[in-house]
Amino acid sequence: MKLTKDEVRHVAELAKLQLSEAELDEYADQLAQILAYAQQIQAVDTGAVAPTPHILPLTNALADDTPQACLSTAEAVCNAPDAEDGYFRVIAVFDDSASLVSRGEHE
Amino acid sequence: MGGGHSMDQLTSMGIVDARAGLARGHFTSAELTQAFLQRIEQVDSAVQAFLRTTPAQTLAAAEETDRLRAAGDRRPLLGIPLAIKDVLMTTGIETTAGSRILEGFVPPYTATAVRKLEAAGAIVLGKTNTDEFAMGSSTENSGFGITRNPWDLERVPGGSSGGSAAAVAANETPAALGTDTGGSVRQPAALCGVVGLKPSYGRVSRYGLIAYGSSLDQIGPITKTVADATLLLEVIAGVDPRDSTSLPVDVPMYSAALTGDITGMRIGIPHEYFVEGIQPEVETAVRSGIEQLALLGAEIVPIHLPNTDLALPVYYLVVTAEASANLARYDGIRFGLSVDGETIFDHFRQTRGAGFGPEVKRRIMLGTYALSAGYYDAYYLKAQQVRTLIKQDFDQAFAEVDVIVSPTSPTTAFRIGEKMDDPLAMILTDIFTTSANLAGLCGISIPCGFDANGLPIGLQLLGPSLGEEKILRAAYAYEQNTEWRLRRPEL
Repeated sequence: MKLTKDEVRHVAELAKLQLSEAELDEYADQLAQILAYAQQIQAVDTGAVAPTPHILPLTNALADDTPQACLSTAEAVCNAPDAEDGYFRVIAVFDDSASLVSRGEHE
Repeated sequence: MGGGHSMDQLTSMGIVDARAGLARGHFTSAELTQAFLQRIEQVDSAVQAFLRTTPAQTLAAAEETDRLRAAGDRRPLLGIPLAIKDVLMTTGIETTAGSRILEGFVPPYTATAVRKLEAAGAIVLGKTNTDEFAMGSSTENSGFGITRNPWDLERVPGGSSGGSAAAVAANETPAALGTDTGGSVRQPAALCGVVGLKPSYGRVSRYGLIAYGSSLDQIGPITKTVADATLLLEVIAGVDPRDSTSLPVDVPMYSAALTGDITGMRIGIPHEYFVEGIQPEVETAVRSGIEQLALLGAEIVPIHLPNTDLALPVYYLVVTAEASANLARYDGIRFGLSVDGETIFDHFRQTRGAGFGPEVKRRIMLGTYALSAGYYDAYYLKAQQVRTLIKQDFDQAFAEVDVIVSPTSPTTAFRIGEKMDDPLAMILTDIFTTSANLAGLCGISIPCGFDANGLPIGLQLLGPSLGEEKILRAAYAYEQNTEWRLRRPEL
């Protein structure tokens, strides 16, 4: 079992993790080692076996749709690194070429 | 100090003893709490079990319980100080899950399990150290320093609830809460010579528990005695509308199971759990524990759990997949560390790259890989199918026996740094504990001896889902007929 540095870089991008070159090398080795160990489950015949995502006998747990006490806006944003007027402030998600306004013009 | 009790006498107490002393007026909660705060002051620079305490707040709460007691309040945990693993949210008290990415995070709400303890009269003494996001078996992965084993300060306390287990063993608290995703209550309890109970999945609400592996996580008590663990379970168990995975099943009077009588109880010994790789002294101690249970009237039944070898690989694929999804929330926007980037994605990458420690990154990477296109069927889905087979092993076993006995950990406490460079070796320390989480079982670790270095050994009792009364009954009978619990580390 071997992982290339590019494969590790791809996984890091999926996980949105900034990794150093040294970390990429280290994880390439360690993940390969752990995956080789995990490989033993491939030998098990699981043809007709249903998967178990959780062990509960419950399917849906539904609650009545009644308003209840909840966090205030101030409490909800109290740990935000950057908040204003009860909102989280983030870097703009769309760049100019894909702005909502220009897309609107094409409709 | 209180009614002629020395600080050492007060801090040697568990919950049942402290409760009796408070009820009889031998000492006040303020005196009791002050004794534990002094003990922490004295020994925690060596043990490093606590990430933080809030002495003024804690003492004020203790004094308030003394006033309430004088006014007739008789709640079951009134005036008892307790330590809380730092993955459980506490309103107004910084909660970090042992991660730099949550440094300075002050939760706006309290975990249900802690809220229930407080509603029963308990006082939060402080927050205990943990492997970062509970990922580890030694508490060496904390972003805020390692915790040391009170029996030998050069050794690990186990993990991930190593802070809670070490604090109980070092008499820094009467008892503590931990969490167990693959053995994180039971294994540190074993390595520190105390009692650790993992309730069945769904028995205790996970609301306010910082999520690691959501289909496996469960909150449980770490205590000096089985009776104390029973008492805490009685308080924290039960359905919670805020956790849809908490089971809508009545909470029995667990303490009624502590009869001392195990006549006719059927105890299964899994052949597959006594194979090479166990430290010989651990195997000897657990086997004499089994003989003791037989002498007390239990029937010993050899059983088979054929898929035992598959539990660890399945556990690692399932838990890392769930972790990679759960930890996606640390984005530097709503809470925690925030490192500027040029774009929003760069902001995520920089924040997460700087805030997570090496073990957390490794597990996020493994989980992301197992869930990624092309590998999902081969790893994650396959692991869930094999999880079914592991659960079926236990379903069949519990059709024949009441409880299953094994070692909790294959070895006693290992040296600090010994396994840090070898993630696979660290994983193998969980070999006897992860199955219980995969199958949703309950389990308890109790002291059953010491090795030649004077390090404690733990015996694990596993029971079926919602079979807590069975494991508590057997654990209590064993404990009452042995004296392991009376030995304490010298600090």
